[in-house]
Amino acid sequence: MSDTLEAIANIIAETCDIPRDSITPESHAINDLGIDSLDFLDIAFAIDKTFGIKLPLEQWTQEVNDGKATTDQYFVLKNLAVRIDELVAAKGA
Amino acid sequence: MRIEYFQLIDRIVDLNLADRKITCEATVPTDCTIFEGHFPGYPLMPGVLLIEAMAQTSGWLVVAANEFKRMAFLASVKEAKMRTFVLPGQVLSISSYLEHEGSGYAVLNAKIRCDGKVVTDATLTLRILDFPNSQVAEEMRKLAERIGLKLEARADG
Repeated sequence: MSDTLEAIANIIAETCDIPRDSITPESHAINDLGIDSLDFLDIAFAIDKTFGIKLPLEQWTQEVNDGKATTDQYFVLKNLAVRIDELVAAKGA
Repeated sequence: MRIEYFQLIDRIVDLNLADRKITCEATVPTDCTIFEGHFPGYPLMPGVLLIEAMAQTSGWLVVAANEFKRMAFLASVKEAKMRTFVLPGQVLSISSYLEHEGSGYAVLNAKIRCDGKVVTDATLTLRILDFPNSQVAEEMRKLAERIGLKLEARADG
C-alpha cells in the first residue's frame, strides 16, 4: 500500500470509526464502507490538511452527475490515492 | 437579536477576510417568550441558540468570502462547550475564524465572549451551496445590509 493510500485508510478509520483492517485499496468509500456525504466532509477536511490540497469534491460530484465519470474513479481508495498524488504534484509544479 | 425570526446577529463589528475572521455583536433580549419556558423563574439563553449564533456569524464570514455568490448551511457542530450561563440582557461578542475552506464546505472555529470571558465555543462545518433561488439571495443581501455587512469590506482586507 502506498504512503498516500495508507494515510487515507488511517484517516477513514479514525474519522468514521471503521476497523482499519476492513479498509483495502479496493474499498469503495461509499458503497463498501458506507461513508455518507457528511462524513466524507470530515474525511476531505483531514485529507486537505494532511496533504495541503483542496479535494475538488464539487467538480467530481458534477462529473458523476453529468455521467462524465463514475464514483469508482474518485471513491475507490486506490483511485482516490492517485487523484491525491496528482493534486499534490500539481501543487508543487 | 430577533429570536422570533431566528436572526441572532445584531451587527457585524469587524470583518477581515485577509485574516479570515469576523466578529459580530448581539444583545440577548430581556423580553422573549423563550424565557417563559427556559426556565420559568430562571431565564437562560438556550445553548442551542448560542450555537446558532456562532453558525450565523460563521455563515456571514463564508458568504462574504464567497463574494455573496454562494450561501452557507450548518452541517456539523463539534466540541461545543457551554461554559457558563448566558442571561437576558447580556451583550455577546461572537467571533469566528475560517480554519479551512474546501470544495463546497468550510470549517470554522467560533467563540462567544461575554464581558471578555469565553462563554461558548465550537468547531463548525458549513456546507457552501448556490443560493436556492433569487429571492433568498436578495433577502440575504438585505439582511446583510441591515447588520452592517458591506461587500466593500473585501477591499480593506
